Amino acid sequence: MAEATWETPKMARGRGNRWSRVVIYGLLAFFALVYLLPLVVMLLTSLKPLPEIYAGNMIALPQEWTIEPWRKAWEEVCVGLACHGIKGYFWNSIKMAFFGVTISTAVGALNGYVLTKWRFRGDSLLFGLILFGCFIPFQIVLIPMATILGKLGLASSTTGLVLVHVTYGIAFTTLFFRNYYAVFPDELVKAAMMDGARFWAIFFRILLPSSGPIIAVSMIWQFTNIWNDFLFGASFSTGESAPMTVALNNVVNTSTAEREYNVHMAAAIIAALPTLMVYVFGGRYFVRGLMAGSVKG
Amino acid sequence: MSSLELVNIKKRYGDLDILKGIDISVEAGEFLVLVGPSGCGKSTLLNIIAGLDTATGGDVRIGGRSVRDDHPSERDIAMVFQSYALYPNMSVAQNISFGMEMRKVPKEERNLAIQEVAKLLQIQHLLARRPGQLSGGQRQRVAMGRALVRKPKIFLFDEPLSNLDAQLRLDMRTEIKKLHQRLAATIVYVTHDQIEAMTLATRIAVMRYGELQQLGTPAEVYSEPANLFVAGFMGSPRMNLVPGTLVQTGGGLTLEIQASDKPKLAIALPPQPPAVQAYAGRDIVAGLRAESISHGSGSQSGQRRTVTGTVEVTEPTGADTLAVLMLGGHEMTARLQPDFPLRAGQQGEFDIDLAKLVFFDPQSERRIL
Repeated sequence: MAEATWETPKMARGRGNRWSRVVIYGLLAFFALVYLLPLVVMLLTSLKPLPEIYAGNMIALPQEWTIEPWRKAWEEVCVGLACHGIKGYFWNSIKMAFFGVTISTAVGALNGYVLTKWRFRGDSLLFGLILFGCFIPFQIVLIPMATILGKLGLASSTTGLVLVHVTYGIAFTTLFFRNYYAVFPDELVKAAMMDGARFWAIFFRILLPSSGPIIAVSMIWQFTNIWNDFLFGASFSTGESAPMTVALNNVVNTSTAEREYNVHMAAAIIAALPTLMVYVFGGRYFVRGLMAGSVKG
Repeated sequence: MSSLELVNIKKRYGDLDILKGIDISVEAGEFLVLVGPSGCGKSTLLNIIAGLDTATGGDVRIGGRSVRDDHPSERDIAMVFQSYALYPNMSVAQNISFGMEMRKVPKEERNLAIQEVAKLLQIQHLLARRPGQLSGGQRQRVAMGRALVRKPKIFLFDEPLSNLDAQLRLDMRTEIKKLHQRLAATIVYVTHDQIEAMTLATRIAVMRYGELQQLGTPAEVYSEPANLFVAGFMGSPRMNLVPGTLVQTGGGLTLEIQASDKPKLAIALPPQPPAVQAYAGRDIVAGLRAESISHGSGSQSGQRRTVTGTVEVTEPTGADTLAVLMLGGHEMTARLQPDFPLRAGQQGEFDIDLAKLVFFDPQSERRIL
């Protein structure tokens, strides 16, 4: 349908059309290349032995292909004083992202459900207040958050980071789900009530199975935010409990004899890989989910 | 099947009175249609019966027992919604059996019930499909199946046909009526379509502004409307309502109809009940159905009077021709034979059947009885 709508009208095809296309595609290709270049350089660097890198020629293909830097980044590279590679921190991030995404999405879905289908006095105000959470700058909460995590005994732990990310994420996930459920027909909820379903049955059997697109949006949004977060990771974790982003920073800043650019690049790519994957495979669900509410309404 | 009693049902939203004390009593097996213009409170009343909305005052009794404090699922009521409200993520079979599943009916029993209902509604071939793959009429059937399968005490229908196209609406209307005759179910049916109300109901409740205007059989509501609103709302074409004056003459009462500068139309009335006679010399509103006006046969008898009028417009519908006539300076619609010979602008003689003539008080708008 989209293609049909945006198809260039036949009338507009003039004589100069072919040349303008060449120019357009040429420009597009050029800019695509500009944007791709850093990644290409990273990839090539990570596949070269160190002497080749110090010899210059950033863009040149490796004369000797090697995956040794990748292995080293994963298993041996020094993060600060510990030299076990980044794998531990990668799993930290995976754990943090998994629980952070799952919990914040689940709570957001429940909030959206209650705010739209079980309206109560002051629900709009409450939603407004929750929404406010979207605009709170991270830096403002650093110190109070550190105090709270300390009191809860969660300082420097992945659990603590999960708590922080869930707290921050709920504002966004609630917004997503509330807007999605706002256009979800009330009659379905009423019908389910007549059929004998109560609060949880309606949520799990009727609403949630129809929430695929918005669950995708919420999970993609939360995953990228949590995975890419550096500030909270650097502030509320130390040593072994640090997430991938902080570890990567420490890898690059750990000064030994010479800078192992190939290992750094491999580590950076590993750090970026999950979000890249999410966008490649989940990107269209993201757009589709964001559109779903607006088109249905 | 159960009886249903609505006792002085009231509903307020802030300062707004949605329902101002509705009393309706429905016998078991009755088909009650709530009809009225948008915003008259009929859907609110239905939701209150279902338990999806709470009344500010009054009581709902099903089978003599108050259900005011019961959750919708405990009232043993099934409802068919305007949008059908089929669960999009479930197959037709799952949609139909969801209520039983929630009530923990064993699977074998559910499957039997699904088959039975599917056969009744002829949707066996659709059971595996999703609602999204069904046409409007099929969805309507599934929605009814979901209600039927539970064998509830009362069925509620909330404008179930308004989303269907015209032809399908007629077919489904007939099916619903057949279903009611076969199951002898107690049904409360909300519609704003007065023809649906006329064709389906055993009794009609006409509502406006949260008040019950009239409760009666279709024939009563049609021929003996309680007030001007009911007279104007029920029936298509609507009842001709003409302001006039009752004048005492030698033999009895005469109805005089006159618009400012047009010649007066005087119709001598047959003997009238005392209530009407009391209005002698006063203004009234006369109500006459379109079928009480026919093309002149020239024979004046006890209940028939011949008047002269001009044809303004004719609207042939096939079965008969509706003609808007100018009588005594007022437009009146007449339901005439399809071969009615006169054209717009022509003058002719028309018979008025006074047996069906009704009078309303112009102030109170009530029918004079």
